Amino acid sequence: MNDMTQPHALGAAQYKSGTKPIWCPGCGDFSVLSSVTKALAMLQLPPHDVAVVSGIGCSSRIPAYTSCYGFHGVHGRSLAAATGLKVARPELTVLVTGGDGDGYSIGGNHFLHACRRNVDLTYIVMDNHVYGMTKGQASPTTEPDWDNKLSPGGTGVRAFHPLVIALAAGANFVARAFSGDPNGTAEIIAQGIRHPGFSFIEILSPCVTFRPEQREWKTLAHPASVQATDDAARAARRIMTDDGFNIGVLYAGNRPAYPLMSGQVARPAAELEAEFLL
Amino acid sequence: MKTPQSIEEFMAQALAMEREAAQRYEEIADAMEMHNNREVAQLFRTMAGYEAKHAEAIMDEMNWVDAPGVPPGAWPAVESPEMIPGDAVHYLMHPWHALELALAAEQRAEAFFAELARTASDESVRRAAIGLRDEEAEHVAMVKQWMAKVPKPSSDWANDPDPPRYNE
Repeated sequence: MNDMTQPHALGAAQYKSGTKPIWCPGCGDFSVLSSVTKALAMLQLPPHDVAVVSGIGCSSRIPAYTSCYGFHGVHGRSLAAATGLKVARPELTVLVTGGDGDGYSIGGNHFLHACRRNVDLTYIVMDNHVYGMTKGQASPTTEPDWDNKLSPGGTGVRAFHPLVIALAAGANFVARAFSGDPNGTAEIIAQGIRHPGFSFIEILSPCVTFRPEQREWKTLAHPASVQATDDAARAARRIMTDDGFNIGVLYAGNRPAYPLMSGQVARPAAELEAEFLL
Repeated sequence: MKTPQSIEEFMAQALAMEREAAQRYEEIADAMEMHNNREVAQLFRTMAGYEAKHAEAIMDEMNWVDAPGVPPGAWPAVESPEMIPGDAVHYLMHPWHALELALAAEQRAEAFFAELARTASDESVRRAAIGLRDEEAEHVAMVKQWMAKVPKPSSDWANDPDPPRYNE
Protein backbone atom coordinates (compact mmCIF):
# COMPACT_ATOMS: atom_id res chain seq x y z
CA MET A 1 0.00 0.00 0.00
CA ASN A 2 1.13 3.54 -0.64
CA ASP A 3 3.25 5.14 2.00
CA MET A 4 1.44 8.23 3.25
CA THR A 5 4.67 10.11 3.86
CA GLN A 6 6.27 9.45 0.47
CA PRO A 7 4.30 11.02 -2.36
CA HIS A 8 4.77 9.24 -5.65
CA ALA A 9 6.28 10.99 -8.64
CA LEU A 10 4.58 8.53 -10.98
CA GLY A 11 0.86 7.89 -10.56
CA ALA A 12 -1.05 4.90 -11.87
CA ALA A 13 -2.55 7.01 -14.66
CA GLN A 14 0.91 7.56 -16.09
CA TYR A 15 1.20 3.86 -16.87
CA LYS A 16 -1.94 3.93 -19.01
CA SER A 17 -1.85 4.66 -22.72
CA GLY A 18 -4.43 6.71 -24.57
CA THR A 19 -5.83 3.59 -26.21
CA LYS A 20 -9.27 2.72 -24.87
CA PRO A 21 -9.96 -0.90 -23.96
CA ILE A 22 -12.51 -2.67 -26.12
CA TRP A 23 -13.53 -5.14 -23.42
CA CYS A 24 -17.20 -5.64 -22.67
CA PRO A 25 -18.54 -3.24 -20.04
CA GLY A 26 -18.32 -5.03 -16.70
CA CYS A 27 -15.34 -7.23 -17.70
CA GLY A 28 -12.98 -8.02 -14.83
CA ASP A 29 -9.99 -7.16 -17.02
CA PHE A 30 -10.63 -3.43 -16.54
CA SER A 31 -9.81 -3.87 -12.87
CA VAL A 32 -6.75 -5.98 -13.65
CA LEU A 33 -5.42 -3.23 -15.92
CA SER A 34 -5.99 -0.78 -13.09
CA SER A 35 -4.16 -3.12 -10.67
CA VAL A 36 -1.18 -3.49 -13.01
CA THR A 37 -0.80 0.28 -13.31
CA LYS A 38 -1.22 0.73 -9.55
CA ALA A 39 1.43 -1.91 -8.88
CA LEU A 40 3.88 -0.21 -11.23
CA ALA A 41 3.19 3.11 -9.49
CA MET A 42 3.79 1.50 -6.09
CA LEU A 43 7.19 0.33 -7.33
CA GLN A 44 7.89 3.62 -9.14
CA LEU A 45 9.23 1.77 -12.15
CA PRO A 46 9.79 4.11 -15.09
CA PRO A 47 7.49 2.98 -17.94
CA HIS A 48 10.47 2.70 -20.30
CA ASP A 49 12.03 0.12 -17.97
CA VAL A 50 8.97 -2.14 -18.11
CA ALA A 51 7.82 -4.44 -20.90
CA VAL A 52 4.40 -6.08 -21.03
CA VAL A 53 4.28 -9.16 -23.22
CA SER A 54 1.11 -11.05 -24.15
CA GLY A 55 -0.35 -13.71 -26.41
CA ILE A 56 -3.83 -13.70 -27.89
CA GLY A 57 -7.22 -13.24 -26.28
CA CYS A 58 -9.28 -10.53 -24.61
CA SER A 59 -6.86 -10.13 -21.70
CA SER A 60 -3.85 -10.25 -24.01
CA ARG A 61 -4.79 -6.80 -25.25
CA ILE A 62 -3.31 -5.27 -22.11
CA PRO A 63 0.07 -4.20 -23.59
CA ALA A 64 -1.71 -1.69 -25.84
CA TYR A 65 -3.41 -0.14 -22.85
CA THR A 66 -0.20 0.61 -20.96
CA SER A 67 2.45 3.24 -21.61
CA CYS A 68 5.22 0.65 -21.11
CA TYR A 69 6.93 -1.21 -23.90
CA GLY A 70 4.64 -3.93 -25.17
CA PHE A 71 4.64 -7.00 -27.35
CA HIS A 72 1.31 -8.51 -28.41
CA GLY A 73 2.58 -11.82 -29.63
CA VAL A 74 1.49 -15.14 -30.99
CA HIS A 75 -1.19 -17.27 -29.33
CA GLY A 76 0.27 -19.16 -26.37
CA ARG A 77 3.81 -17.95 -27.00
CA SER A 78 3.95 -14.96 -24.70
CA LEU A 79 6.20 -16.72 -22.20
CA ALA A 80 8.65 -17.75 -24.90
CA ALA A 81 8.92 -14.16 -26.16
CA ALA A 82 9.14 -12.78 -22.63
CA THR A 83 11.86 -15.25 -21.67
CA GLY A 84 13.94 -14.17 -24.64
CA LEU A 85 13.42 -10.53 -23.78
CA LYS A 86 14.34 -10.93 -20.13
CA VAL A 87 17.46 -12.95 -20.90
CA ALA A 88 18.57 -10.42 -23.50
CA ARG A 89 17.62 -7.35 -21.42
CA PRO A 90 17.84 -8.41 -17.76
CA GLU A 91 17.55 -4.83 -16.56
CA LEU A 92 13.94 -4.64 -17.76
CA THR A 93 10.97 -5.58 -15.58
CA VAL A 94 9.02 -8.00 -17.73
CA LEU A 95 5.35 -8.67 -17.12
CA VAL A 96 3.55 -11.36 -19.07
CA THR A 97 -0.22 -11.13 -19.37
CA GLY A 98 -2.87 -13.38 -20.84
CA GLY A 99 -5.83 -15.58 -20.28
CA ASP A 100 -6.54 -19.18 -19.34
CA GLY A 101 -6.91 -20.39 -22.92
CA ASP A 102 -3.74 -18.70 -24.11
CA GLY A 103 -1.69 -19.73 -21.09
CA TYR A 104 -2.94 -23.16 -20.12
CA SER A 105 -4.02 -24.66 -23.44
CA ILE A 106 -2.25 -23.23 -26.46
CA GLY A 107 0.65 -22.11 -24.28
CA GLY A 108 0.48 -24.93 -21.76
CA ASN A 109 3.85 -26.39 -22.52
CA HIS A 110 5.54 -23.01 -22.38
CA PHE A 111 3.87 -22.46 -19.00
CA LEU A 112 5.43 -25.62 -17.55
CA HIS A 113 8.90 -24.82 -18.77
CA ALA A 114 8.75 -21.15 -17.82
CA CYS A 115 8.00 -22.27 -14.26
CA ARG A 116 10.85 -24.76 -14.42
CA ARG A 117 13.39 -22.27 -15.79
CA ASN A 118 12.50 -19.70 -13.16
CA VAL A 119 13.48 -16.67 -15.23
CA ASP A 120 12.64 -13.45 -13.37
CA LEU A 121 9.24 -12.79 -14.98
CA THR A 122 5.84 -11.97 -13.53
CA TYR A 123 3.12 -13.96 -15.27
CA ILE A 124 -0.40 -12.60 -14.77
CA VAL A 125 -3.19 -14.84 -15.97
CA MET A 126 -6.71 -13.44 -16.08
CA ASP A 127 -8.73 -16.61 -15.66
CA ASN A 128 -12.42 -16.51 -16.58
CA HIS A 129 -12.78 -20.21 -17.36
CA VAL A 130 -13.83 -19.53 -20.95
CA TYR A 131 -12.57 -18.46 -24.37
CA GLY A 132 -14.25 -15.05 -24.51
CA MET A 133 -12.78 -13.59 -27.67
CA THR A 134 -13.92 -16.53 -29.80
CA LYS A 135 -17.39 -16.48 -28.25
CA GLY A 136 -17.58 -18.82 -25.35
CA GLN A 137 -15.87 -22.17 -25.84
CA ALA A 138 -14.77 -24.21 -22.82
CA SER A 139 -11.19 -23.56 -21.75
CA PRO A 140 -8.80 -25.72 -19.69
CA THR A 141 -10.16 -24.27 -16.44
CA THR A 142 -13.85 -24.58 -17.36
CA GLU A 143 -15.83 -26.70 -14.96
CA PRO A 144 -16.55 -30.15 -16.47
CA ASP A 145 -20.32 -29.72 -16.13
CA TRP A 146 -20.59 -26.23 -17.67
CA ASP A 147 -23.40 -26.73 -20.14
CA ASN A 148 -23.61 -24.75 -23.38
CA LYS A 149 -24.37 -25.32 -27.02
CA LEU A 150 -20.75 -25.96 -27.88
CA SER A 151 -20.31 -28.56 -25.17
CA PRO A 152 -23.79 -29.87 -24.33
CA GLY A 153 -23.91 -31.23 -20.81
CA GLY A 154 -20.40 -29.95 -20.23
CA THR A 155 -17.11 -31.26 -21.51
CA GLY A 156 -16.89 -33.86 -18.75
CA VAL A 157 -13.18 -33.13 -18.63
CA ARG A 158 -11.49 -32.36 -15.33
CA ALA A 159 -10.46 -28.72 -14.99
CA PHE A 160 -6.78 -27.81 -15.10
CA HIS A 161 -5.39 -26.65 -11.73
CA PRO A 162 -2.90 -23.92 -12.70
CA LEU A 163 -1.61 -23.04 -9.25
CA VAL A 164 -0.56 -26.51 -8.24
CA ILE A 165 0.85 -27.17 -11.70
CA ALA A 166 2.92 -23.98 -11.43
CA LEU A 167 4.15 -25.02 -8.02
CA ALA A 168 5.05 -28.54 -9.11
CA ALA A 169 6.83 -27.20 -12.18
CA GLY A 170 9.01 -24.85 -10.14
CA ALA A 171 7.44 -21.39 -10.06
CA ASN A 172 9.06 -19.38 -7.29
CA PHE A 173 6.00 -17.33 -6.34
CA VAL A 174 2.41 -18.49 -6.61
CA ALA A 175 -0.58 -16.30 -5.81
CA ARG A 176 -4.28 -16.03 -6.49
CA ALA A 177 -6.04 -12.68 -6.79
CA PHE A 178 -9.53 -11.46 -7.64
CA SER A 179 -10.29 -8.61 -10.04
CA GLY A 180 -13.06 -7.40 -7.75
CA ASP A 181 -10.36 -6.25 -5.32
CA PRO A 182 -8.13 -4.06 -7.50
CA ASN A 183 -6.12 -2.64 -4.61
CA GLY A 184 -5.42 -6.05 -3.11
CA THR A 185 -4.55 -7.36 -6.58
CA ALA A 186 -2.15 -4.45 -7.13
CA GLU A 187 -0.41 -5.33 -3.89
CA ILE A 188 -0.02 -8.96 -4.95
CA ILE A 189 1.30 -7.95 -8.39
CA ALA A 190 3.84 -5.63 -6.76
CA GLN A 191 4.97 -8.48 -4.50
CA GLY A 192 5.25 -10.77 -7.52
CA ILE A 193 7.40 -8.25 -9.38
CA ARG A 194 9.66 -7.80 -6.36
CA HIS A 195 10.08 -11.53 -5.80
CA PRO A 196 13.01 -12.98 -7.74
CA GLY A 197 12.41 -15.72 -10.27
CA PHE A 198 9.20 -16.75 -11.99
CA SER A 199 6.15 -15.28 -10.27
CA PHE A 200 2.80 -16.71 -11.23
CA ILE A 201 -0.34 -14.75 -10.37
CA GLU A 202 -3.69 -16.25 -11.24
CA ILE A 203 -6.38 -13.54 -11.22
CA LEU A 204 -10.01 -14.60 -11.18
CA SER A 205 -11.46 -12.13 -13.68
CA PRO A 206 -15.13 -12.67 -14.53
CA CYS A 207 -16.38 -12.78 -18.11
CA VAL A 208 -19.74 -11.04 -17.77
CA THR A 209 -20.75 -11.85 -21.34
CA PHE A 210 -20.23 -15.59 -21.62
CA ARG A 211 -20.11 -16.48 -17.92
CA PRO A 212 -22.44 -13.92 -16.28
CA GLU A 213 -22.83 -16.24 -13.30
CA GLN A 214 -19.21 -15.36 -12.41
CA ARG A 215 -20.51 -12.08 -11.00
CA GLU A 216 -21.12 -14.24 -7.92
CA TRP A 217 -17.37 -14.65 -7.46
CA LYS A 218 -17.39 -11.47 -5.42
CA THR A 219 -19.39 -13.29 -2.77
CA LEU A 220 -17.02 -16.26 -2.83
CA ALA A 221 -13.55 -14.66 -2.90
CA HIS A 222 -11.97 -14.36 0.52
CA PRO A 223 -8.49 -13.59 1.86
CA ALA A 224 -6.24 -16.57 2.53
CA SER A 225 -6.30 -17.30 6.23
CA VAL A 226 -2.63 -18.26 6.35
CA GLN A 227 0.60 -16.52 5.41
CA ALA A 228 2.60 -17.49 2.35
CA THR A 229 4.87 -20.44 2.92
CA ASP A 230 8.23 -21.31 1.38
CA ASP A 231 7.50 -25.01 1.85
CA ALA A 232 6.31 -26.27 -1.53
CA ALA A 233 4.76 -29.44 -0.11
CA ARG A 234 2.70 -27.47 2.40
CA ALA A 235 1.69 -24.96 -0.29
CA ALA A 236 0.64 -27.79 -2.60
CA ARG A 237 -1.52 -29.35 0.08
CA ARG A 238 -3.21 -26.01 0.79
CA ILE A 239 -3.78 -25.23 -2.87
CA MET A 240 -5.14 -28.70 -3.63
CA THR A 241 -7.60 -28.55 -0.77
CA ASP A 242 -8.77 -24.93 -0.81
CA ASP A 243 -12.06 -23.80 -2.35
CA GLY A 244 -10.51 -22.07 -5.35
CA PHE A 245 -11.35 -18.62 -4.00
CA ASN A 246 -8.57 -18.31 -1.44
CA ILE A 247 -6.96 -14.95 -2.27
CA GLY A 248 -3.37 -14.05 -1.47
CA VAL A 249 0.23 -15.13 -1.86
CA LEU A 250 0.18 -18.89 -1.39
CA TYR A 251 3.82 -19.73 -1.98
CA ALA A 252 7.00 -17.64 -1.95
CA GLY A 253 10.03 -19.81 -2.57
CA ASN A 254 13.75 -19.25 -2.30
CA ARG A 255 14.94 -20.83 -5.52
CA PRO A 256 17.48 -18.60 -7.25
CA ALA A 257 16.30 -17.05 -10.49
CA TYR A 258 17.65 -18.37 -13.77
CA PRO A 259 21.33 -17.35 -13.81
CA LEU A 260 21.41 -15.18 -16.85
CA MET A 261 25.11 -15.45 -17.47
CA SER A 262 26.14 -18.37 -15.21
CA GLY A 263 29.44 -16.64 -14.61
CA GLN A 264 30.19 -16.44 -18.32
CA VAL A 265 31.34 -13.21 -19.86
CA ALA A 266 28.79 -11.58 -22.13
CA ARG A 267 29.79 -11.90 -25.77
CA PRO A 268 28.82 -9.48 -28.54
CA ALA A 269 25.83 -10.58 -30.60
CA ALA A 270 27.88 -10.49 -33.81
CA GLU A 271 30.37 -12.96 -32.34
CA LEU A 272 27.62 -15.33 -31.30
CA GLU A 273 25.91 -14.96 -34.67
CA ALA A 274 29.13 -16.00 -36.41
CA GLU A 275 28.99 -19.38 -34.69
CA PHE A 276 25.64 -20.09 -36.27
CA LEU A 277 26.51 -19.25 -39.86
CA LEU A 278 25.73 -22.10 -42.20
CA MET B 1 -12.31 -0.60 9.02
CA LYS B 2 -9.63 1.65 10.48
CA THR B 3 -10.75 5.08 11.71
CA PRO B 4 -8.48 7.94 10.62
CA GLN B 5 -6.57 9.47 13.52
CA SER B 6 -5.88 12.89 12.04
CA ILE B 7 -7.47 15.33 9.64
CA GLU B 8 -4.71 14.58 7.10
CA GLU B 9 -5.49 10.86 7.17
CA PHE B 10 -9.18 11.58 6.88
CA MET B 11 -8.81 13.93 3.93
CA ALA B 12 -6.47 11.46 2.23
CA GLN B 13 -9.28 8.93 2.46
CA ALA B 14 -11.82 11.41 1.13
CA LEU B 15 -9.48 12.27 -1.74
CA ALA B 16 -8.91 8.62 -2.62
CA MET B 17 -12.67 8.06 -2.62
CA GLU B 18 -13.27 10.86 -5.11
CA ARG B 19 -10.35 9.90 -7.32
CA GLU B 20 -11.20 6.22 -7.44
CA ALA B 21 -14.85 6.99 -8.14
CA ALA B 22 -13.81 9.32 -10.98
CA GLN B 23 -11.46 6.69 -12.39
CA ARG B 24 -14.19 4.03 -12.40
CA TYR B 25 -16.67 6.40 -14.07
CA GLU B 26 -14.08 7.22 -16.73
CA GLU B 27 -13.36 3.53 -17.35
CA ILE B 28 -17.01 2.77 -17.81
CA ALA B 29 -17.58 5.86 -19.96
CA ASP B 30 -14.77 4.64 -22.22
CA ALA B 31 -16.33 1.17 -22.41
CA MET B 32 -19.75 2.61 -23.22
CA GLU B 33 -18.29 4.79 -25.98
CA MET B 34 -16.54 1.75 -27.39
CA HIS B 35 -19.91 -0.03 -27.49
CA ASN B 36 -21.64 2.99 -29.02
CA ASN B 37 -23.84 3.66 -26.00
CA ARG B 38 -23.10 7.37 -26.22
CA GLU B 39 -25.84 8.68 -23.99
CA VAL B 40 -24.75 6.57 -21.05
CA ALA B 41 -21.10 7.26 -21.82
CA GLN B 42 -21.78 10.99 -21.60
CA LEU B 43 -23.60 10.56 -18.30
CA PHE B 44 -20.73 8.58 -16.77
CA ARG B 45 -18.27 11.15 -18.14
CA THR B 46 -20.28 13.90 -16.41
CA MET B 47 -20.22 11.97 -13.14
CA ALA B 48 -16.46 11.48 -13.49
CA GLY B 49 -16.10 15.24 -13.93
CA TYR B 50 -18.02 15.93 -10.72
CA GLU B 51 -15.89 13.48 -8.74
CA ALA B 52 -12.69 14.91 -10.22
CA LYS B 53 -13.76 18.42 -9.18
CA HIS B 54 -14.40 17.21 -5.64
CA ALA B 55 -10.92 15.69 -5.62
CA GLU B 56 -9.39 18.95 -6.84
CA ALA B 57 -11.22 20.85 -4.12
CA ILE B 58 -9.70 18.57 -1.47
CA MET B 59 -6.22 19.00 -2.93
CA ASP B 60 -6.66 22.78 -2.81
CA GLU B 61 -8.10 22.76 0.69
CA MET B 62 -5.21 20.69 2.00
CA ASN B 63 -2.55 22.50 -0.06
CA TRP B 64 -1.34 19.17 -1.35
CA VAL B 65 0.87 18.97 -4.41
CA ASP B 66 1.08 15.17 -4.47
CA ALA B 67 -1.79 13.03 -3.34
CA PRO B 68 -1.04 10.91 -0.27
CA GLY B 69 -2.08 7.25 -0.29
CA VAL B 70 -4.37 5.50 2.10
CA PRO B 71 -3.37 2.70 4.47
CA PRO B 72 -4.71 -0.86 4.13
CA GLY B 73 -8.08 -1.41 5.74
CA ALA B 74 -9.31 2.11 5.02
CA TRP B 75 -12.60 0.94 3.48
CA PRO B 76 -15.46 -1.09 4.86
CA ALA B 77 -15.35 -3.24 1.68
CA VAL B 78 -12.64 -4.12 -0.86
CA GLU B 79 -13.29 -0.98 -2.90
CA SER B 80 -13.81 2.59 -1.75
CA PRO B 81 -17.48 3.34 -1.07
CA GLU B 82 -18.16 5.81 -3.86
CA MET B 83 -17.01 3.54 -6.69
CA ILE B 84 -19.76 1.94 -8.69
CA PRO B 85 -19.21 -1.81 -9.04
CA GLY B 86 -17.29 -2.52 -12.22
CA ASP B 87 -19.39 -5.58 -13.02
CA ALA B 88 -22.75 -3.86 -12.59
CA VAL B 89 -22.88 -2.33 -16.05
CA HIS B 90 -24.28 -3.58 -19.34
CA TYR B 91 -23.56 -2.42 -22.85
CA LEU B 92 -27.26 -1.74 -23.45
CA MET B 93 -27.93 -0.01 -20.14
CA HIS B 94 -29.98 3.19 -20.08
CA PRO B 95 -29.23 6.50 -18.35
CA TRP B 96 -31.72 5.51 -15.65
CA HIS B 97 -29.57 2.46 -14.80
CA ALA B 98 -26.46 4.63 -14.69
CA LEU B 99 -28.16 7.02 -12.31
CA GLU B 100 -29.36 4.12 -10.19
CA LEU B 101 -25.73 3.04 -9.78
CA ALA B 102 -24.62 6.61 -9.07
CA LEU B 103 -27.35 6.97 -6.45
CA ALA B 104 -26.23 3.81 -4.66
CA ALA B 105 -22.62 5.07 -4.73
CA GLU B 106 -23.57 8.43 -3.21
CA GLN B 107 -25.62 6.66 -0.56
CA ARG B 108 -22.65 4.46 0.34
CA ALA B 109 -20.46 7.55 0.60
CA GLU B 110 -23.00 9.26 2.85
CA ALA B 111 -23.20 6.19 5.09
CA PHE B 112 -19.40 5.96 5.19
CA PHE B 113 -18.97 9.53 6.41
CA ALA B 114 -21.91 9.19 8.80
CA GLU B 115 -20.19 6.19 10.38
CA LEU B 116 -16.92 8.11 10.72
CA ALA B 117 -18.79 11.07 12.21
CA ARG B 118 -20.21 8.66 14.77
CA THR B 119 -16.99 6.82 15.63
CA ALA B 120 -14.10 9.29 15.13
CA SER B 121 -12.20 10.03 18.30
CA ASP B 122 -10.44 13.10 16.86
CA GLU B 123 -12.70 16.14 16.98
CA SER B 124 -11.40 17.69 13.74
CA VAL B 125 -12.03 14.38 11.93
CA ARG B 126 -15.51 14.17 13.38
CA ARG B 127 -16.39 17.69 12.23
CA ALA B 128 -14.98 17.12 8.76
CA ALA B 129 -16.87 13.81 8.49
CA ILE B 130 -20.13 15.57 9.36
CA GLY B 131 -19.42 18.15 6.65
CA LEU B 132 -18.75 15.52 3.99
CA ARG B 133 -21.71 13.43 5.13
CA ASP B 134 -23.96 16.43 4.53
CA GLU B 135 -22.37 17.07 1.12
CA GLU B 136 -22.98 13.48 0.11
CA ALA B 137 -26.57 13.75 1.30
CA GLU B 138 -26.97 16.71 -1.07
CA HIS B 139 -25.55 14.60 -3.90
CA VAL B 140 -28.04 11.85 -3.08
CA ALA B 141 -30.89 14.34 -3.34
CA MET B 142 -29.51 15.71 -6.64
CA VAL B 143 -29.24 12.27 -8.23
CA LYS B 144 -32.78 11.46 -7.10
CA GLN B 145 -34.02 14.64 -8.78
CA TRP B 146 -32.12 13.73 -11.91
CA MET B 147 -33.59 10.23 -11.94
CA ALA B 148 -37.08 11.67 -11.72
CA LYS B 149 -36.51 13.38 -15.07
CA VAL B 150 -35.19 10.29 -16.85
CA PRO B 151 -37.56 7.65 -18.24
CA LYS B 152 -37.41 4.28 -16.54
CA PRO B 153 -36.54 1.63 -19.14
CA SER B 154 -38.99 -1.05 -20.17
CA SER B 155 -38.41 -4.58 -18.90
CA ASP B 156 -36.94 -5.75 -22.23
CA TRP B 157 -34.17 -3.13 -22.29
CA ALA B 158 -31.44 -5.77 -22.49
CA ASN B 159 -32.89 -7.55 -25.52
CA ASP B 160 -30.39 -7.52 -28.35
CA PRO B 161 -31.53 -8.84 -31.74
CA ASP B 162 -27.90 -9.70 -32.49
CA PRO B 163 -26.51 -10.85 -29.13
CA PRO B 164 -22.82 -11.56 -28.57
CA ARG B 165 -23.51 -14.98 -27.07
CA TYR B 166 -25.02 -17.84 -28.99
CA ASN B 167 -24.71 -20.47 -26.33
CA GLU B 168 -27.98 -19.92 -24.48
